[in-house]
Amino acid sequence: MAEILEFDAVVVGAGPAGASAALALARAGRSVVLVERGPFPGSKNVYGGVVYGRVLDDIIPGWWEEVPVERWVVRRSTMMMTGTQSLSIDYRTDAWGSAPYNGMTTLRCHFDAWLAGKATEAGARLVTSTVATGLVCDGTGQVVGVRTDRDGAELHAPVVIACDGVNSFLAKEAGLLARAEASHHTLGVKEVLDLPPGAINERFAVQDHEGVDIEILGCTRDVPGGGFLYTNATSVSIGVVLSLPELAASGTRPEELVADLKSHPAIAPLLRGSTLREYAAHLIPEGGYDTMPALSADGLLVAGDAGAMTLAAGIWLEGVNFAIGSGYAAGQAADRAVAAGDCSAAGLASYRADLEGQFVLADHKRLRKAPSLVLSDRVQQRYPGLLCDLAEGMFTVTNPTPKAGGFKVTRAAAARHGVSLRQLAGDTLRGLRIFG
Amino acid sequence: MSPDAPRRSPWDGISFEERMATVDFRIGSRAHITVDADVCRSCTTKACVSACPANLFAPTADGGILFNYEECFECGTCYMVCNAEGALTWTYPDGGHGVVFHHG
Repeated sequence: MAEILEFDAVVVGAGPAGASAALALARAGRSVVLVERGPFPGSKNVYGGVVYGRVLDDIIPGWWEEVPVERWVVRRSTMMMTGTQSLSIDYRTDAWGSAPYNGMTTLRCHFDAWLAGKATEAGARLVTSTVATGLVCDGTGQVVGVRTDRDGAELHAPVVIACDGVNSFLAKEAGLLARAEASHHTLGVKEVLDLPPGAINERFAVQDHEGVDIEILGCTRDVPGGGFLYTNATSVSIGVVLSLPELAASGTRPEELVADLKSHPAIAPLLRGSTLREYAAHLIPEGGYDTMPALSADGLLVAGDAGAMTLAAGIWLEGVNFAIGSGYAAGQAADRAVAAGDCSAAGLASYRADLEGQFVLADHKRLRKAPSLVLSDRVQQRYPGLLCDLAEGMFTVTNPTPKAGGFKVTRAAAARHGVSLRQLAGDTLRGLRIFG
Repeated sequence: MSPDAPRRSPWDGISFEERMATVDFRIGSRAHITVDADVCRSCTTKACVSACPANLFAPTADGGILFNYEECFECGTCYMVCNAEGALTWTYPDGGHGVVFHHG
């Protein structure tokens, strides 16, 4: 007979969502076990740029004094490119370089371990190198625990919180998440390149602990997606995010697109002399609000990537903050349900209501139409080149030919890229409606 | 502007093997993903071959697929793009095994 251990709550996955859920439960005095399949928290995790810290203000006051930060992001750049051109909107502010800060770059094995450490300090029990292989349900179908691959031991609790990531097999087993919906996912591939801090500071125009985050459009050939480049303390991370169905149909190898980006004339000089430290790949749930699973079932809550809570809205790209926000709320909802003695879906329903009332679901709801616009053919294939040509048309001095007006340059650039002014106006309006 | 030909720079000459050699894999004894080559033989797209970021799916001469589980990112790309029901069985490696990211 396999061993059965009883808790008030079982949290699966010690990423930011799971650690936050376990922290909330432990603080409420609940016995909670945090199960992690990797050898340490963060060992299975990859992200694409910036952790935004505002969500931590209430959860861990003064978090910036102790968080394992690589660099504080003081420059945020959006770059549109073709093979030979690039156009950037680059914003820099001192305000993001001092407390309470805005966003940071970090390494997930450090950040996730730090957050999980907060949960264990509060009394949560962390069990690593253990896979939750399936749900344990009672006769009525209510989830009452998980099975593990550790000698078949079972962890039982009135509520299980699935923070088991983008592939969440627990949410799938519970029927909350589709088995495989490629169109709702992108593949992120990333290379971490070692670069001396002095070179980083000079090339990215920063100093000390300041960092840069560059998001890039137009660098993924015929595969919808985007690129990113951000600075760590002694390395830079560069990668691309690719729509899965189109990647599969294109036959293009993902690392080829990273190599493309690395060799772009606007990027290559930033990376010169760097050496590859680590190559990584991870899926991202990018379907947005309209594709999110139900977030609770009888005895079960879902948070973080398992609940598709990454905001992939082009100009805003966030995930870790949503994992923390949803995880902490899930832990609080689980505590309330345990206290009330009702961990049915109805008893856990305050979780969804809580998320709707704060940024976690409010942001997703507001930007629900963004993924389809950002991944649309014109935004992906035509606008980066159109805007680059527009800049080239405006800034190329054509003496002795007199300057062309802005309207003429725009019309010419649009025509060259097969976009009518009507479409351009329509998409502008659509963008304003979505982001405005 | 049409998509330009891929550029190659001197410092981009990293081979795929060199890329994969930077990754820490703690290889378990159990194959966490298995492929039914019989199902794969009837597949015309074989999307897994090009999409897998670890390049673990190799087409065989008889139209099947040869798969190596050892250097897997556990990302899920293969089963997401697979259009043949039953071709792949997909689980996570046993606890503590598989990929370990140190700079994720």
